[in-house]
Amino acid sequence: MTTITASTTAPARARKLVGAGRRQWIGLIYVAPAVALVMVFFVIPLGMTAWMSLHNWPLMGEHAFVGLDNYGAILRDTRFWNALKFTGYYTVVVTIAIFAVAFPLAIFIEKPRPLTNLYRTFFFMPAVVGFASASLLWSWLLNVDSGLFSPAAYDLGLIDRKFNLLATFQPAFWSIIAMVVWKVAGFTMIILMTGLQSIPQDLQEAAVIDGAGPFARFRAITLPLMRRTLALALILSVAGSILAFDQFYIILRGGPRNQTLTAVYWIFNQSFVSFKLGYGAALSMVLLVILVALSLIQLWLLRKPEGLD
Amino acid sequence: MAQAISARGKLAARLARHSTGIIASVLFVAPIVWTALSAFKPAAEARLPPLPPWPTTGFSLENYATLNSFGDGLWVSAQNSIYVSVMTVLLSVIVSVLAGYGFSRFRFPFKDLFFVLILSTIMIPFQSILTPIFLVLTKLGLHNTLTGLVGVYVTLQLPFSIFMMRNAFDAVPREIEEAARMDGAGNATMLLKVMLPLVWPGVVTIALFAFLGAWNEFLAALVLMTDQSKFTLPVMMTALQSGRFGAIDWGAVQAGVTVMMVPCLILFLALQRFYIRGLMAGAVK
Repeated sequence: MTTITASTTAPARARKLVGAGRRQWIGLIYVAPAVALVMVFFVIPLGMTAWMSLHNWPLMGEHAFVGLDNYGAILRDTRFWNALKFTGYYTVVVTIAIFAVAFPLAIFIEKPRPLTNLYRTFFFMPAVVGFASASLLWSWLLNVDSGLFSPAAYDLGLIDRKFNLLATFQPAFWSIIAMVVWKVAGFTMIILMTGLQSIPQDLQEAAVIDGAGPFARFRAITLPLMRRTLALALILSVAGSILAFDQFYIILRGGPRNQTLTAVYWIFNQSFVSFKLGYGAALSMVLLVILVALSLIQLWLLRKPEGLD
Repeated sequence: MAQAISARGKLAARLARHSTGIIASVLFVAPIVWTALSAFKPAAEARLPPLPPWPTTGFSLENYATLNSFGDGLWVSAQNSIYVSVMTVLLSVIVSVLAGYGFSRFRFPFKDLFFVLILSTIMIPFQSILTPIFLVLTKLGLHNTLTGLVGVYVTLQLPFSIFMMRNAFDAVPREIEEAARMDGAGNATMLLKVMLPLVWPGVVTIALFAFLGAWNEFLAALVLMTDQSKFTLPVMMTALQSGRFGAIDWGAVQAGVTVMMVPCLILFLALQRFYIRGLMAGAVK
């Protein structure tokens, strides 16, 4: 069959088009495994979450349709609202703390100078360690008898008897903040650094010639030109914090007195400790709506500057 | 005279800069080093506060040895973690390279829809769909298996890694492909012999992120792996730290945390520029 076609140009072109068309369809085969995985482990579970949220769904036995009852129960679930409130409080505090550390670090390592790369590597090391490892590590450092902080303070004579940092809310909460800042600041620093480096050097120099001080330059040049980077770092930090679980589970087990239960922790408890799967799904839907809303805000904040596409 | 003053000013500035750098570096690295050093203490000493962090009553591997005595042993969990992480790396690289190539070079029905679908999963927190994932795995007969966990981890990597790979393929000039096609390269040869060497840095980046993601993940492993013989390191160590195997052995915690941290740190130090590249690619787009 291939031998005949070479004679005239028109059929040859037609054949080539068909061939090209066929080759294009092959693209579907290339993306099929990815699409299949996303279907099985994301789209179907997502649909099931919505479906299950309308049911009374125990782990064993039959499930029954209950309409919006689960959502009604959420409205009365003060412990969930407390968890949500705590998650919001934690998110605000930890995000401010991370930026307060990461921004100076980003400025510190922005320009290529001797040893800068080495410092950057050191600052970043906790960021590649997992949240679980970091939490286990700090649960030891924070331990009252075998840990570091309390015994060290005692040995230095700063406190007259050993103080359990994890026994009351305030010290426990701030210990977690310290741990998360230690773990995450390097990551945020790199993101902010990319933003700082994308600011044209001549703009800064022109401002210096115009007599602008460092503070004025920061406010008038650095901040506006970093809008998209700042927004990205902010969203990553906020989304990550709203979904916080590992550190509160591993270090505090939600305590003291269930005061540090986060939203994900509460959903985990309802779904996998109490096995109220339907109710857990309804709670998940609430969390999902919050996160999707946040993503939409992100898309808006990250929009390309007008006329610069 | 003026020159001397400015030279002294420069020296002072440099001194201030480096002392800031050194102090901050110590603060970030100290907890990691502290743990790694303390793990080498004999068990009796490891129970006491780590002052100083290094062993004072003799160097010992006791803490590492005892790790194997809890439950099914740390070695089983370490093997599980290695298996899950390596499989996640292999599968997510294969799936993302194929998909990245497909999205970059072909036009086919629903192309945009599929691409947006895959990328938009990044907006949905997987924490909110864990229960149905648990049920889906049960339906597939993958309940409480490491294979099921790998499937979940690979899917979590896809939005980032497919985005990375599509951009990597987009950056390869079409002329190269056309030339290879003239030379009679088929689809498989084209991808493996011609394209893959050109997008290799992207592959290393997504492999690195896949490894770190799978090695460090905690919540999904905690929920989906109910049998102790299937625990990954983070789940196993948390069980140990919660006192599930009797009184908490802090020496074992130090040793276990070190085991969990070291592979991440080595990979990061060896492949740092690929890691930063990945972060920047994510940040700039």
